[in-house]
Amino acid sequence: MKKTNVIQAEDLTKMFGDFKAVNGITFEVKKGEIFGFLGANGAGKTTAMKMLIGISIPTSGKANVAGFDVFTQAEDIKKNIGYMSQKFALYDDLTVKENISFFGGIYGLTKARIKEKTKGLIEDLGLQEVSNQLVGSLPLGWKQKISFSVALLHEPKIVFLDEPTGGVDPITRRQFWEMIYKAAHDGTTIFVTTHYMDEAEYCDRVSIMVNGKIEALNTPKKLKEQFQVDNMNDVFLKLARG
Amino acid sequence: MKRFIGFITKEFYHIFRDTRSLFILFGMPIVQILLFGFAITNEINNVDIAILDHSKDATTKEIINKISASKYFSIKQILERETDIEAVFKKGKVKAVLNFETDFSKNLIKDHQATVQIITDATDPNTANTISNYINSILQNYQQEQNKAIQIDYVIVPEPRMVYNPELKSVYMFVPGVMTIILMLVSAMMTSISITREKELGTMEILLVSPIKPFQVIIGKVFPYIFLSVINAVVIVLLSIFIFKMPIQGSLFLLALESVLFIISALALGILISTMSATQQTAMMISLMGLMLPVILLSGFIFPISSMPLSLQVLSNIIPAKWFIIILKGIMLKGVGIEFIWKETFILMGMTILFIGLSIKKYKIRLE
Repeated sequence: MKKTNVIQAEDLTKMFGDFKAVNGITFEVKKGEIFGFLGANGAGKTTAMKMLIGISIPTSGKANVAGFDVFTQAEDIKKNIGYMSQKFALYDDLTVKENISFFGGIYGLTKARIKEKTKGLIEDLGLQEVSNQLVGSLPLGWKQKISFSVALLHEPKIVFLDEPTGGVDPITRRQFWEMIYKAAHDGTTIFVTTHYMDEAEYCDRVSIMVNGKIEALNTPKKLKEQFQVDNMNDVFLKLARG
Repeated sequence: MKRFIGFITKEFYHIFRDTRSLFILFGMPIVQILLFGFAITNEINNVDIAILDHSKDATTKEIINKISASKYFSIKQILERETDIEAVFKKGKVKAVLNFETDFSKNLIKDHQATVQIITDATDPNTANTISNYINSILQNYQQEQNKAIQIDYVIVPEPRMVYNPELKSVYMFVPGVMTIILMLVSAMMTSISITREKELGTMEILLVSPIKPFQVIIGKVFPYIFLSVINAVVIVLLSIFIFKMPIQGSLFLLALESVLFIISALALGILISTMSATQQTAMMISLMGLMLPVILLSGFIFPISSMPLSLQVLSNIIPAKWFIIILKGIMLKGVGIEFIWKETFILMGMTILFIGLSIKKYKIRLE
């Protein structure tokens, strides 16, 4: 394993009965990279991601995340990654501050560290006015920005984002991607699934899953050349239609 | 440990910021115990009855006086004709009519026998039955008084004595039942809802991805409800002692231990339900249909198990509440110690272990 690879999967497979949800995928993600993980619904993206974040045990193959083995060191992986899903929008009945200190707490941050992080986060996002409001009263776009920041709270090596921008407007999406760029610039590896093909263009490299297999993996530019189309949307359509 | 405290703090925020759960937690027990204690009662008091007296002689007058002197009945109306009986029932003014035959006294002396008809409104069968029994016993009482003068060679005098609840107060019967229901409701339903809520909102996934261990998540979710259930049990016991003057005969310590055992078994059930349901609504339906109904119908709380059909009697054995009610009645009313309820305690323990085992197994499968 090269030192610069923070995720390395080799022939990773997950079976549900006779059904191969993930069929021998092999890929690696480099440190600080923004890696787009694409695929139609049911292609096996979520299952693959669950194996990488240590909540689903692979049927066969090998995988190493943040330097730890997914079979034997799932607990160590959990300490070193952040996770945010589309469904997740913090606890609505807790205030912004309470959410931050709760998640800081379960990742084992000290009180002083949580306090410092809370202050920084509130300043960065300009949340001074609403920091004592219940999260439920905030707009979806804000919630997603906060939950991304919360996923970064314990300074993980890798952040897994499962369709993070579902349901928000283009401007907020744009701002969200600026946050992603900043995190990547600071050295955090970003592993992101999305349905928006314009977002795929923002990624350093993109993999496209079809029926449990990775059918394409390259930079957006090279993928477009390979399939002789102008945009990622057409790449996706060509592959997904087979 | 620090993580754990943070987790529990969060749970308390959830509970105290949700008016619905606050009501179920604190309003419900008080409302239920007061309702069952005051409103819903099997005792009869000042029941309105009517009299149709065809003979109007000394004996019937004495009997009528005796009945109206009791605190159970008040005579609302004196009827004149047979046809009035139907009318007065239809109006719903009285619950019973006493119909004395003509020449009551004369018959009594001549034939040593006279008839009085007791007609009750059986739209409410329990009350009708009770009224009829009460009137019967007043009549028997009267008869015995009269017979004192007469010499009979032998006589059988039944002397009923009701032990453990001599005044037959219904609240004595309801307190153990209501306590069981409340503990079941708070522990099983509230936990299953609170766990499925995290699943439904997707926060459970986040918790599973975090370094906090699954069993810590579950214990963190369950812990506040153990605490709140214990408070509820204390409130119920205090209400029954101070408002309903119900004595607790047995050891309070034993009562507390047994209650904690039942709370744990209900919590385990709640966790089990949460592993089976994906949404809060499903969890609530399963809790209500699968737990509350059996607890109310088959636990012996309202309907005596011994008079159920055999199949239901057998079925009632698998309901933890049945055993807990037996234990509660034993400690509260009879004042027995563990030596009399060890069997029920063991059954309850066995069930608890089974539920915990099942939910751990289910929970693991779900994680996979």
